Amino acid sequence: MGLLREKEGKTSPKTYTLFRKVLIAMARLEIRGISQGFGEVDVLRDVTLDVESGEIACLLGPSGCGKTTLFHVISGLASPRSGHVLLDGEDITACPGRLSYMLQKDLLLQHKRIIDNVALPLVLRGMPVEEARSRAAGLFGVFGLEGTERRWPSELSGGMRQRAALLRSYLFSQEFMLLDEPFSALDAFTKADMHTWFLDVVDRMGTTALVVTHDIDEALILADEVFVMRGNPQAGEPTGIVGSVRIDCPRRERKAYALTGGFLENKRCLLSLLG
Amino acid sequence: MRNAPSSSHIASRIVAPLTILALLAIWQLVCSAGLVPPFMLPSPLRVLQALVGDWPLLVGHAATSLAEAGLGLAAGVALGFFAALAMDRFDLLYRAFYPIVVLTQTIPTVAIAPLLVLWLGYGMLPKVVLIVVATFFPITVGMLEGLRSVDPDEIDLMRAMGATRLQILRHVKLPAAMPQFFSGLKISAAYAIVGAVIAEWLGGFSGLGVYMTRVRKAYSFDKMFAVIFLISGLSLVLMWAVDTVRRIAMPWERRGDSAR
Repeated sequence: MGLLREKEGKTSPKTYTLFRKVLIAMARLEIRGISQGFGEVDVLRDVTLDVESGEIACLLGPSGCGKTTLFHVISGLASPRSGHVLLDGEDITACPGRLSYMLQKDLLLQHKRIIDNVALPLVLRGMPVEEARSRAAGLFGVFGLEGTERRWPSELSGGMRQRAALLRSYLFSQEFMLLDEPFSALDAFTKADMHTWFLDVVDRMGTTALVVTHDIDEALILADEVFVMRGNPQAGEPTGIVGSVRIDCPRRERKAYALTGGFLENKRCLLSLLG
Repeated sequence: MRNAPSSSHIASRIVAPLTILALLAIWQLVCSAGLVPPFMLPSPLRVLQALVGDWPLLVGHAATSLAEAGLGLAAGVALGFFAALAMDRFDLLYRAFYPIVVLTQTIPTVAIAPLLVLWLGYGMLPKVVLIVVATFFPITVGMLEGLRSVDPDEIDLMRAMGATRLQILRHVKLPAAMPQFFSGLKISAAYAIVGAVIAEWLGGFSGLGVYMTRVRKAYSFDKMFAVIFLISGLSLVLMWAVDTVRRIAMPWERRGDSAR
């Protein structure tokens, strides 16, 4: 069975990717020579990477290497010392509110029902509350959240809260999502379920995403391309991108991908990049 | 805490009333046995008689005190609310005024009451001012702590979604400050009634404090106790009202924690 899947996986990726590119609205992210630091400490040096439209890219690196700092820059919350962030060629450096950003914590507001939490980005943009609610409600099925509309966040399990947070991110921007270790707070079983579900949703919605993780397996399961970050800013070595690995396995076959030789080969490659 | 078995929950609810009833019974027994002269310590039953006998008079005085407490509390809460908002928004204001806010609380209410009466006369105004001084502090401090308790990541997320400062205040900060606001309000509500009574002691035409001074001068201890009971009863009702408003205003607190 595994062998069969591997064979299929090797034949289809090219056509598959091509097919996706035709269907999906452009949302190409270019990160050009970002350097950032705080006071004396240089955290990022000359970080450059591209995320192609409709793809999922993963940023892989050890804890404390500055992944979150980079995300703050990309999302526009912080302005970098140098470098630019381009979305479809438009400079969005230090412009918050263009890309949706989902953090490790679900950050659902305790005092809002799930439906209002999820519809919040639309309300912030000035949409009337009723309209925002009904737009959000239409997507509860796709995100596996049926029946939770009127619940409070504290009544939901970790996985469900993460789904709600993802739906909120999606409603903010369908085109591009930044996800900062979105599944790291979940237990292993929930995590595996969420991976499958996430790939399915992203696929259906045609979203482009950049996902930060420190988990190599997660990167290999989710990503079309994995970028490896290396450095230790606290010890005076600013972090940069040291290389990337492309994963040529179609998204629907990712569940079994972890059992294939290609997976191990890529994992070895990533480990050597991480040093 | 909330998930404690219901039997012990019921037990914990009736313990306090039972203790109070027991103390009242002991008090009654001490008085009936003649251990204390009745003019010094009237029995609970005599106090009750005084309360019933003077009821129409007490209602009139209580209305005055409640009006003062209500006005003072409303003004104090409004002042505290906006002071907290301003101090949260502008750090300079916080640094400049927070120490003064704390300082006002070190001045005993009883000490400034005579001054207020001298400055503002025997009408309602000095009473209301005293209550404002006493009540705005718990609100200010509670609100400020609440506003500052917000997870900075939540604010980042809101900013990343393009929220304005006002939107962040409305959707994140104010709701987050509500628990502390209501805790402050509960304390302030109790202060308001006590503040009214203290201010009335020093002069006035009507109010529970005025009534209290009169019956004290007549050495009617039973009526003194009656009015004390009435005052604590009013404070309790006011605090209960604050709790009720809180439960209605914060529906997520009711079921929220139970499912965790």
